[in-house]
Amino acid sequence: MVTPPKGDYVSLPINAEAKKVADAWDAAKDVAAGDQCKAYGAPGLMRLPTRLRVSWQDDTTLKVETDAGTQTRLLHFGDWKPPAGGPTRQGTTTAQWEMRQGRRGAPQPPPEQRFGNLKTVTTGLMAGYLRKNGVPFSEKTTLTEYWDLLRQPTGEQWIVITTVVEDQTYLTRTWITSLNFKREANGSKWDPSACEAS
Amino acid sequence: MKITVLTALAMLVSAPVFAQGQVEAAAAATRGQIIDLAGSWANRLHEDWIERAPGPHIGDYSGLPINDEARAYADLYQVSMQNMPERQCILYTSQYIVMGPQNLRIEPEVDPISGAIVALHMTGTVDRASHTVWMDGRAHPSKNAPHTPGGFSTGVWQGGTVVAQTTHLKAGLVWRNGVPHSDQATITEYYARHGDMLTITMILNDPIYYEEPFIRNATFELDPQTRVLPEPCEPQVEIPRAPGVVPHYLPGENPYLNEFAETFNLPLEAVRGGAATTYPEYGKKLRSTYKPPAKCTVYCCGGTGLTVPNTNNAACREGDAPTPNP
Repeated sequence: MVTPPKGDYVSLPINAEAKKVADAWDAAKDVAAGDQCKAYGAPGLMRLPTRLRVSWQDDTTLKVETDAGTQTRLLHFGDWKPPAGGPTRQGTTTAQWEMRQGRRGAPQPPPEQRFGNLKTVTTGLMAGYLRKNGVPFSEKTTLTEYWDLLRQPTGEQWIVITTVVEDQTYLTRTWITSLNFKREANGSKWDPSACEAS
Repeated sequence: MKITVLTALAMLVSAPVFAQGQVEAAAAATRGQIIDLAGSWANRLHEDWIERAPGPHIGDYSGLPINDEARAYADLYQVSMQNMPERQCILYTSQYIVMGPQNLRIEPEVDPISGAIVALHMTGTVDRASHTVWMDGRAHPSKNAPHTPGGFSTGVWQGGTVVAQTTHLKAGLVWRNGVPHSDQATITEYYARHGDMLTITMILNDPIYYEEPFIRNATFELDPQTRVLPEPCEPQVEIPRAPGVVPHYLPGENPYLNEFAETFNLPLEAVRGGAATTYPEYGKKLRSTYKPPAKCTVYCCGGTGLTVPNTNNAACREGDAPTPNP
C-alpha cells in the first residue's frame, strides 16, 4: 500500500549488486530524470496496489490496463512477432492458453467442462524496479506469468497470477510469487493515476 | 460350479455399486484432466517472509479484512501462551499451508483397482495438522460432527486444478500474532500446478471474525531434496509458571500494539485491518500523508539470501556473505 523504507529488501532473492544499487536509490533523482515510472514496469507493476481492466484489443491481443500509473500491457497470442526496437516499460509479451489435453484418442469434454490457464512470457523490458524502494531488475529480465481464473461457490471470481521473475544480473535465483485480484461488478472504482516515484 | 455362479453374480452385483465417485474420477483421469500433485514441495518464502518465518509484528493486522471482534481477540494475545505445556501441541489449522513457513508433502491415495485418486494427503514440517482432501465424492459429515485442526475437505478436479471445500475446522490462528478464525470458518482451496510450481490459493470465509472473504496464496516448488518429516510434538515445561496462569493481556493493557505502526510511521488505523483497508483506494488515501522512515530497521534482508534469516532482526549489514535461500 505504501512504499517500503529504503533498505527494505525482505523476501527478495537479490544479490549483493542489487543491494548496492538499491542502497543508492533516490526518488528525487528519478523525478528529476523523468523516471517516475521505473517501478511500473511489468515485474513490479502487478504487485502495486492497482485495479486491472482486462479486455480484447483485437482477436489476438488481450489488453491489461492498470489504474496505478495508467499502464497498458498487451498480451499477444498466435504467431505474433515483437516489433524491432529497443526495450520498453512493459516489454513484449507472448501469450498462450494451456489447456489440459486428453489422452490420445479419448473424447474431449464438452466446452463448459474444459479448463485451462493463460501463460504469458514477457521480455524486452526496460530496466526498472521490482519494489518501489529501488530494488532493481535489469533489461535481461524475463517475466513468466500463469493466470488462473478461480470461481468460488458463492459466485465470486478471482484471477490468481503465479509470477516468475528471472534476472541473472540482480537475482540469485528465480523470484516466485503469486498475486490475486477479485472481479468487481463494474468499473466504478477505476481511478487512473500518474506514476509516483515514491 | 455353484461357487462360480455365485461369484459371477456377486461380480455383476458389485459392478454398479463400485463407488460412483471413483468411476467418475477414473473417467476424468481417462480424459487427462488429472495431473500429478504428488511429491515434496518447497516453500521459498519469496513473499510475506516476515509473516511466514519469524511471524508478524504484534498489532499488525494490515491486509486482513477482520472485524472488531477479531481485533479485540488479537489484542489480548501474548505469544508466550504458546509455550504452556497444554498448548504446545495445539496444531495450526489447514489455512496455515499458505500462511506458514513449512514445506509440503502431497501423497495421493490411489484406488488399486480403478486407479482413481481417492484422497490427497498433505503433511508439513511445522506444527500443522495433516490435511486430507477426499476426492471420491463423499459428502461432508453432519454439522454436529467433531471439528479438527485439519477440518474435513472434499475436492473435485477442474481441469488440472483441485478445488476443495473445507469445513469442520477448529478455531485457530490465522496469523501468529493472535488474529483468529472461528470454528464456523470454511475454506475454499485451489491447487494449481504449473510445471514444477504449485500455487495454492485459500479463501477463508468466516462469519464471526471477517468482514469479507480472506484470500491468500503461496507458491511452492517441486523439490525432491526437501524433506518433510513427521514432527511429533512432545510438550514440556519451558517456563515454570504457577498453576492456572495463562499469559495474556487484559483489554487495553497490551503495551506493544502501537509498536508496528510507530516503526513504519503508519497511522494506527492502517494497521488495524478491516476490509476497507485492503483495497487500492485506501492506499491512495494513506500515501497522501505518509512519510516513510528514513531507512529500514527490522527484518530488512530477511529471506533475501544476503544474510542468515534467523539472525536477521535488524538492518542488512554491509559485507554479509550471500547464503542459500531457505
